[in-house]
Amino acid sequence: MKVIKVGMADLAVSKSPCIITTLGLGSCVGIVLYDKTNKIGGLAHIMLPSSLDIKNNSNKAKFADTAIEILIEKMLKIGANKNILIAKLAGGAQMFKFSTRNELLRIGERNVIASKKKLKEYGIPIVAEDTGGNYGRTIELNCEDGSLMVRTIGKGCKYI
Amino acid sequence: MDINNLNIMLLDILKEIGNIGSGNAATALANIINEKIDMDVPQVKILDFNEVANVLGGAEKPVVGIYFEMNGDIKGSIMFILDIDSARCLLKLLFKSSNEKDEFTDMDMSALSEVGNILAASYINSLSMLSNMVLKISVPSIAFDMAGAILSVPAIQFGYISDKVLFIETQFKEGNNQVTGNLFLIPELDSFETMLKKLGVVEI
Repeated sequence: MKVIKVGMADLAVSKSPCIITTLGLGSCVGIVLYDKTNKIGGLAHIMLPSSLDIKNNSNKAKFADTAIEILIEKMLKIGANKNILIAKLAGGAQMFKFSTRNELLRIGERNVIASKKKLKEYGIPIVAEDTGGNYGRTIELNCEDGSLMVRTIGKGCKYI
Repeated sequence: MDINNLNIMLLDILKEIGNIGSGNAATALANIINEKIDMDVPQVKILDFNEVANVLGGAEKPVVGIYFEMNGDIKGSIMFILDIDSARCLLKLLFKSSNEKDEFTDMDMSALSEVGNILAASYINSLSMLSNMVLKISVPSIAFDMAGAILSVPAIQFGYISDKVLFIETQFKEGNNQVTGNLFLIPELDSFETMLKKLGVVEI
């Protein structure tokens, strides 16, 4: 089967048969959108909550807000139906423990909140999520059935 | 100031800082384990996000990451990364016994974070010395996980500045034991300019 690898601050969409994967999500969030009827999936690996916070925002796949927008656009282009899209989220961990006020270290949590907010704006329901904690995740979206595999080191592997 | 336009001169300066820092670190390490330690000239690179994990052998490869906050004249953070073989090697040198298990014990993690502490402090001391800046680092925080997940922490901090990441790679050797350490220095946006000015790369 075709496998598309999505890097950090990157995104991809595809029709079945295809697996879209991203490796080693830490504080970043993997946003998965899926159209069950047309078997079309999309995955974005975002790093930051909002493109409005910083000047250097040319890479749209880097931010929760712009990445979701582009992901939907690209999925519609290959035949997805906007009204039946569902979403799954994974990642948003806090990799290091620190007794600090540094906002950057809570970035995982902020990424998850920003992703949910944007999905709500588009009216896309989040049917499953595996977020938070202090460990990394690798995810694989199977465009055939929309199942999302979440793999970790030492904490096993599961489907959501 | 754009990190993408970092010139050769800055790379040379960072390389020199890396060199002196690694030298100090190797000496400190040699004192701890009471053996002679050799080191290679460090490599300084500026990479794209997506290349970063490849340098460490892929986003899913398990690595040990030791994270520090940096304070003083410039603010930011420091990440020291060891691949699993280097971490085991280091533990072997420290404890004079080998551990082939997949997991690290609390004692292992504590020892690794202390070595990371010494190495990071050595780099920071050389940066401080060369630039006349007052710099302090926090206590270390350690994690063992996928390279991509660990690296997302400094990558996100770099993400505020640009799509590039700056890192220093150092190799230490004791007999057949080779330890490769990767150090990421991540100044905050304002501090980045301060650092360049202090190092004489840009006009004040």
